Amino acid sequence: MQNNFISVSDLSKEDILSILEEAAKFEANPNQRLLEGKVVATLFFEPSTRTRLSFETAANRLGARVIGFSDPNATSTSKGETLKDTIKMVSNYADVIVMRHYLEGAARYASEVTDVPIINAGDGANQHPSQTMLDLYSLWKTQGTLENLDITMVGDLKYGRTVHSLVQALSFFNPTFHFVAPDLLRMPLGYREFCKSHNLAYDERETFDEDVINTTDILYMTRIQRERFSDLREYEQVKNVYCLHKSMLDNAKPNLRVLHPLPRVNEIAYDVDESDKAYYFQQAQNGLYTREAIICRMLNIK
Amino acid sequence: MSAIANGTVIDHIPAEVTFKIVKILDLYNHPGAITIGTNLDSKTLGKKGIIKVADRFISDEEIGRLSVVAPNVTLNIIKDYQIVQKKYVQYPKQIVGVVKCSNPKCITNHQPVATKMEVFDVAKKSLRCVYCERVMQHEEIELL
Repeated sequence: MQNNFISVSDLSKEDILSILEEAAKFEANPNQRLLEGKVVATLFFEPSTRTRLSFETAANRLGARVIGFSDPNATSTSKGETLKDTIKMVSNYADVIVMRHYLEGAARYASEVTDVPIINAGDGANQHPSQTMLDLYSLWKTQGTLENLDITMVGDLKYGRTVHSLVQALSFFNPTFHFVAPDLLRMPLGYREFCKSHNLAYDERETFDEDVINTTDILYMTRIQRERFSDLREYEQVKNVYCLHKSMLDNAKPNLRVLHPLPRVNEIAYDVDESDKAYYFQQAQNGLYTREAIICRMLNIK
Repeated sequence: MSAIANGTVIDHIPAEVTFKIVKILDLYNHPGAITIGTNLDSKTLGKKGIIKVADRFISDEEIGRLSVVAPNVTLNIIKDYQIVQKKYVQYPKQIVGVVKCSNPKCITNHQPVATKMEVFDVAKKSLRCVYCERVMQHEEIELL
């Protein structure tokens, strides 16, 4: 069977830990020409510069050649070609396909029409598993383990794909969650039920203050998008309440780290950047190592 | 209800889906005799439906379709006025091309891709789209 990397729900605890261990080797030595002579296709049916550059850098540092597109308007997709036909065509050229698509389920479907491994680089609001892996890697690296962590998620927990996937992936590691969000953007029922059925401890709160900050290991901040609010006054209120300032970290645990999937707008004040607890830029860099690990895993290369 | 010589008796239908089953099996166009009963008293279901169709047998593919709306019906296969086989409708591993995905952004609603569902929770009769991973509650389920 072909290797694919489609969804966090496909990953076992062993899969996760083995990818993290491989990623650590790439962090120690990012330039390894393990993919000499291989071709990696990056098909971005929806633009995402950050993710694409990260994957392409990973492929380049492994010595692979990269083909693909970042603007579907320049391809036959704009002429009405189906995803199936595009994937079939690219399969003739590439050893592995990295794809982002605006339709949900696109990556799973692509994996059914080709024998070439598919890496999902985001399918609509559904899954973005390499982001989850770099989040896990960041937890693992800063805390030394994934087991028994106290994790506070702040902001848009309703639409935030990254927090949903992270909850799913951490279910193997006995976490304690604090979900901090305005009522309008609280963690969806499905994920709260997921926590219950997997015996994951969690609480929900609307207040974001030292109460929760001082006892937690990880502050996972997310962006609150203006478009989610019909009442803009409410948005203005919420925007300021869920903003982290450096002074709020004064009595935090020494091991606390602040994560954010980026891009941030104003949910983390710029003065936090100077704190040694700010980790979001390194977090993004970890994406390179985890993506190197994922690409090699798809090609059975160690 | 009169007995049939050869055909299928579909029993233990929750009354509210009796006519849905008529539709799923496209019995409107069946030339043989059909007896449909519904809102009959039932000890286990409260109100149940029963459909007797002469000279019509139900394929496994059709059983898969039935499972979506009525997961617990029984099928009695009749030959020569005798029940020769009893089949219990059970959820298949995957339900292909029967249910519409309720997620407007799912690929199955935009490209020529057959829908594919898995049973998410047998007790709640909820389904999960294999592609976009959306979970659909039983009330949301819409047939194609």
